[in-house]
Amino acid sequence: MASFTLRVNGASKTVQVDPDTPLLYVLRNDLELNGPKFGCGLAQCGACTVLADGKPVRSCVATVASVAGGRITTIEGLGTLERLHPLQRAFIEEQACQCGYCGNGMVMTAKALLDRNPRPSERDIKAALNGHLCRCASHNRIVRAVQRAAAELRS
Amino acid sequence: MTTTRRDFLKTGALVIGFTLVPRTTLAQSAALPGSLNTNRRLDAWLRIDPNGTVTIFTGKIELGQGIGTALSQIAADELDVDLKRIDIVYGDTARTPNEGQTAGSLSVEQSGTALRFACAEARSILLAAAATKLGVPVVDLTVSDGSITAPNGARAAYWELSADAQLDGEATAKVKPKPASEHRVVGTSVRRRDIPKKFTGGAAYVQDVRLPGMVFGRVVRPPSPGAELIEVDEARVRSLPGVIAVVRDGSFLAVAAAREEQAIRARDALQQSARWKEAESLPPSGDALYRDLMARSAPVQTVAEKAAPTTAEPVKRLEALYTRPYQAHASMGPSCAVAQWREGLLTVWTHSQGVFPLRADLAKALAIDAKDIRCIHAEGAGCYGHNGADDVALDAALLARATSGRPVKLQWMRDDEFAWEPYGSAMVMKLSGGLDAQGNVVAWAHEVWSYPHSTRPGSSSGVNLLAARHLAKPLAPVPPADVPQPTGGSDRNAIPLYDFGAVKIVKHYVADAPLRTSALRTLGGYANVFALESFVDELAAAAGADPVEFRLRHLREARARAVIEAAAQRASWTPRARGDGARGRGIGFARYKNLGCYCAVIVDVAIDRSSGRIRVTRAVAAVDAGQIVNPDGVVNQIEGGIIQSTSWTLKESVRFDRTRVTTRSWADYPIVRFDEVPEVDVMLLNRPDERFLGVGEGSQGPAAAAIANAVAHATGRRLRALPFTPERVKQALA
Repeated sequence: MASFTLRVNGASKTVQVDPDTPLLYVLRNDLELNGPKFGCGLAQCGACTVLADGKPVRSCVATVASVAGGRITTIEGLGTLERLHPLQRAFIEEQACQCGYCGNGMVMTAKALLDRNPRPSERDIKAALNGHLCRCASHNRIVRAVQRAAAELRS
Repeated sequence: MTTTRRDFLKTGALVIGFTLVPRTTLAQSAALPGSLNTNRRLDAWLRIDPNGTVTIFTGKIELGQGIGTALSQIAADELDVDLKRIDIVYGDTARTPNEGQTAGSLSVEQSGTALRFACAEARSILLAAAATKLGVPVVDLTVSDGSITAPNGARAAYWELSADAQLDGEATAKVKPKPASEHRVVGTSVRRRDIPKKFTGGAAYVQDVRLPGMVFGRVVRPPSPGAELIEVDEARVRSLPGVIAVVRDGSFLAVAAAREEQAIRARDALQQSARWKEAESLPPSGDALYRDLMARSAPVQTVAEKAAPTTAEPVKRLEALYTRPYQAHASMGPSCAVAQWREGLLTVWTHSQGVFPLRADLAKALAIDAKDIRCIHAEGAGCYGHNGADDVALDAALLARATSGRPVKLQWMRDDEFAWEPYGSAMVMKLSGGLDAQGNVVAWAHEVWSYPHSTRPGSSSGVNLLAARHLAKPLAPVPPADVPQPTGGSDRNAIPLYDFGAVKIVKHYVADAPLRTSALRTLGGYANVFALESFVDELAAAAGADPVEFRLRHLREARARAVIEAAAQRASWTPRARGDGARGRGIGFARYKNLGCYCAVIVDVAIDRSSGRIRVTRAVAAVDAGQIVNPDGVVNQIEGGIIQSTSWTLKESVRFDRTRVTTRSWADYPIVRFDEVPEVDVMLLNRPDERFLGVGEGSQGPAAAAIANAVAHATGRRLRALPFTPERVKQALA
């Protein structure tokens, strides 16, 4: 066990864990954040995605040691029910899920996309999200939600 | 934390008073609509609190299909209350009606119908109480958001009347629900109540349940279905950091630790140390899988038989064999449960589709009384049928017996889910048919070979929870009977709705399955519709007829014709258009179960002849689901069904050798990604005066057939073996 201080959603948190602990378990269990999900533990599905210094990271394989010192953002850090981030609002407006288990990863990767490309084409959005799996097949709604959020963020 | 039996049954501030046991006098009682028939007390369905909240209770569960929202809409309209007042309690063995499984696209039909009648009756009881209190006749009262007003302006609200209005009696269903013309929220695309928390990190899933003192569990499954545990070094694993308990019972092995990553490391250590005796118990793969299935002993049952109405003899006969492999539910989130034992009482938080049937099987597996178990629904990732949800509940319960009252959250790893969920059955469909001189179908036969499609807890004898069969004293499931017609299981949707002259439907139901199978969305419907609707096109081609015209020519039912015509119009179907070798268009139609929604799907495909890759570029669907409660909810289900079916049809097949399932991760089980998803256009044919028809499973079969027909249209080559992988396409085009 070692002590790590993480900067998560703007707040500093210190945890005592093994250095090779995947970030996901620290976020979910120590910090009690529900956003990132365990989907595969193999960086294959994207449900666990968070941002580290603005870049999407698969928290199920990224170790605590590898991200300590960076700025970590989870979906909780984007906005709240009362103050939704445009992406969160867009996913709700477009009813862009069935079960929603993949939704965290979709939103977080879309956030990174819109930060670097405020005017993504449909093709850009699909390319950015292609590493994320959705089993309920809400893909088209998800693409529309990202387009809607992009439009709102530009206006 | 100490808990008494009384607390166990207590929920919030209210002790539940109604009995959840179905009445023994049921046989003598008049039939009531929907699930009201088996849960006859009004207060089993709704409660009105003095604080102005209306709580509705459903035995169904939310699994991302939006059922909670649809049921709230129905209750809001019947009661005349605002949607915001409505709270909903899903499947909970201590609180809600027993409605069996949330399956078969029946939730709106069963639970929605019950709530509709219960709420209509409750409203009338409340109005009667208000009439007495205000001293005016009921007919003079008006209701708005639960507030009752007399002509003289005197008021009484539901929440003030709840003491006088007795809702603890048996429902009569004599109060007629409102006609569609008086609905305000039914029929509108109310936003789903479960979505906001899912996009803001709210506690939305069983994975998000956190209890004081909770520890984390993992299970160590055998390497193969036929394996037995010989030895394992439990002592060494017990000494690993954080490990709280290692449970071994026969070949069942599980570990609990203080931290989740510690439980995962301990699982790895147990896997490394365990020695298993494996056995070849699995069927062969490839084409041999289907020969093996057809050779297994099974009773030959005639499902339907109809003599030819005319003496016309076929002048042309066709026969074709279609196959469907084992396919996985492949939920995004591996199955998970939280279990806690306190003073001999077990509480389980579960995403099972049936909390009551699960409780019954848990009681058998744990050898305790069902009344000492409470199963509480908490949503999981989309399941699409019977996945590992029930199994993991027993895993957690067995492990939690060793944690001294501390609750255990146990989630399967990805490989647990892929290797151990019960799959959708491999199937073979042999179709034959004959055309008369005018090109009409005058003979039709459909023969299906299949393993079980429903081995859920409660639906079979014995215990159908995975760990039970691994215990030192194993409890096995008894091979189940097939789901009978009129819904059917292996033969679901095998009976054509078309007028095809002499019809014979036969099934070979192999109850004893070498690989565990159970309900995957549509049961046998997906494969049977794929085969049936593919073969319709094969006959149409043999008759030189246009596929749409050919279908309509053989179809009398107006609602069935209407969806085909609507889809054809929406897609600008051009009769007798020719494919160009790379692009084509096809149609598929079914009425799910021959009882649910009507759905026609037309797809466009593009085929890369060099790579063999099929792309479904566009899908148009027309749906008649009777009265529609939530249009966007219906569109979401149909659209998701088409895309999921595109994935099943083009890509999906569980892999195994004779000993082990080799599908262990997404790398072994590709599903469609964003760059492979078609544009989907869904058209709803609302029939507000018709009863609700479920839609969750309406589009999968038609979409699969439409894809097969589009490929045949484009290339002239017929694909009959699912999935349509690039290798198979190249082979067909060679």
